[in-house]
Amino acid sequence: MSAQLAAYSTSTGEAFQFWVLGSVALIGALCTVFMKKAVHSALCLAGTMIVLAVFYLANGAYFLGIVQIVVYTGAIMMLFLFVVMLVGVTAADSLKETIKGQRWLALVSGLGFGILLLAGIGNASLTEFDGLGQANANGNVQGIAALLFTKYVFAFEITGALLITAAVGAMVLTHRERTERAKTQRELAEQRVREGKHLPPLPAPGVYARHNAVDIAGLLPDGTPSELTVSKTLRERGQIRDVSTEALNDLRALEQRAEERLERTEVVPATFRRTEEASK
Amino acid sequence: MNPVNYLYLAALLFTIGATGVLIRRNAIVVFMCIELMLNACNLAFVVFSRMHGNLDGQIIAFFTMVVAAAEVVVGLAIIVSLFRSRHSASVDDASLMKL
Repeated sequence: MSAQLAAYSTSTGEAFQFWVLGSVALIGALCTVFMKKAVHSALCLAGTMIVLAVFYLANGAYFLGIVQIVVYTGAIMMLFLFVVMLVGVTAADSLKETIKGQRWLALVSGLGFGILLLAGIGNASLTEFDGLGQANANGNVQGIAALLFTKYVFAFEITGALLITAAVGAMVLTHRERTERAKTQRELAEQRVREGKHLPPLPAPGVYARHNAVDIAGLLPDGTPSELTVSKTLRERGQIRDVSTEALNDLRALEQRAEERLERTEVVPATFRRTEEASK
Repeated sequence: MNPVNYLYLAALLFTIGATGVLIRRNAIVVFMCIELMLNACNLAFVVFSRMHGNLDGQIIAFFTMVVAAAEVVVGLAIIVSLFRSRHSASVDDASLMKL
């Protein structure tokens, strides 16, 4: 292993690993930028980070590879997903450009920046790779610890202060002082009556709809789905399933076939459409 | 394969992250792109460490990770409190210091 790490050129196995996982990392990064929903972006980013952890391991940074998995994909992406669930459900990315042509300008400048970076690396004389064989001789963790607690011990202690500050800062930022007394149940009920809307509880989902999953709207007496029956979050995400029209259309088709078989006068089939389509 | 290819990959990842910061409007996604850039830098540090044959690069990458963790905690708290006051996580809506 150490001989390979010291080599100027990597082994075939590492090259294969690089080309396969490197393309996975690139695809993950591109998906992070171009996925519409924040949850998908977060998952793609987690994939990229795991690939990077494998690359750290391949580069002889055994400690960092494990820390990358534990801290980045374990803690940081977890926190991201938590906040996405807290915030991002209703936060649709607005597609309207505030500055005209900003998207294209950003793409062009990004491309230019990339070319600049790649050309810079290409021009640098990076021919000598010493490899970590000697530095990792007593173990990677031991080597890092020896450096961390001697040469970088001051930075290490400052880092502790930074972490404490960050924790306190996050607590202060998200803490909300209650400025008024919480309303009692009786006051809430009186307020509802005074406002005069929705006195009874909201209708249940799936009533008369042949399914009773929570994402299927209950039907009104005339067969149209009622959006009120589905929870607000699902409504805003647009995740309401509407199976009522399919069922009714099936029934209608069955009736029509029966009529044809019995050679009765044909009934003009009126296909049911979804309410939003019908309103267009 | 020359290990310099890792540096090219890091440069590409950094570029994608920077472009994402410029393109996206959702504050959380912008933040994720920043994390991507930090990760690309870490990869470059690790490869440089291998190149020079000492562990200093890995130490710097380690500190970057710690600072990134602290930054994420505060940044996400800011996003949550922004969302509470403006009911939107779009960076365009936060154009005023005060509502």
